[in-house]
Amino acid sequence: MSTLRRKRSLLVMRHSPYGSSLARASIDLALAMGAFEQDFDLLFIGAGVLQLLDDQHSEQLGVKNSGKTLCSLPLYDVETVYIDAASLEAYGLAEQDLVLPVKLLDETQLSTVLNDCDHVLSC
Amino acid sequence: MNYALLVLSSPASGHGARTAVRFAHSAIDRGHTIERVFFLDEGVGTGSQAAVFPQDEADRLAPWIDLAEQHSVELVLCISSALKRGLLDSAEAERYDKAGPTAHPAFIVSGLGQLIDAAARVDRLLTFGG
Repeated sequence: MSTLRRKRSLLVMRHSPYGSSLARASIDLALAMGAFEQDFDLLFIGAGVLQLLDDQHSEQLGVKNSGKTLCSLPLYDVETVYIDAASLEAYGLAEQDLVLPVKLLDETQLSTVLNDCDHVLSC
Repeated sequence: MNYALLVLSSPASGHGARTAVRFAHSAIDRGHTIERVFFLDEGVGTGSQAAVFPQDEADRLAPWIDLAEQHSVELVLCISSALKRGLLDSAEAERYDKAGPTAHPAFIVSGLGQLIDAAARVDRLLTFGG
């Protein structure tokens, strides 16, 4: 008899927060997955790490602040927020520059995380 | 195998949307099922019944309508992406007091829950574009 198992998704955030509407779409998807009580983790990689930056002034662009929105994710029981350590370093950033506690991943850990989920979702 | 597709590419730029619909047709031809296609961000442009493309280029809309009508594939436009881009079904056009629907009736305008629901049920979720 097969056991029914809840699927685990990894939502990959890889777009800069205000360069296009894709980052916003990914954030909306994260919030919706949280609201629908899905099992998922988040991975910020490449320019996506900029979404987590503290001290963003998006009101000057007339759009919602990605950092502030992402701050509410712990309320939705998001399991883990992963971040690609190399991307963070490439932008000259450190963990204390970010709005959420994150788990840094090196290259090997990154492939493990990507392999261990049922679905990889990325906008 | 049962698939859901997520389409992020605009029909007017790049080839992600075209690849998605060709994949869907090929998968069905080989006996697979496409349960639902969810259009998000620039991907929602595919559902426009008002868009006009050059006559000497491939029809962007017809192969999708064929999927919906011949193979019962659900085509869902993300409501928040769609409204921002002027893609309204008749209910939304009425709600926002606009001249009329701009989304083709083969498409449903609905929320992200439709993507999450499909992802939870299918064997594979494939993303095109982004």
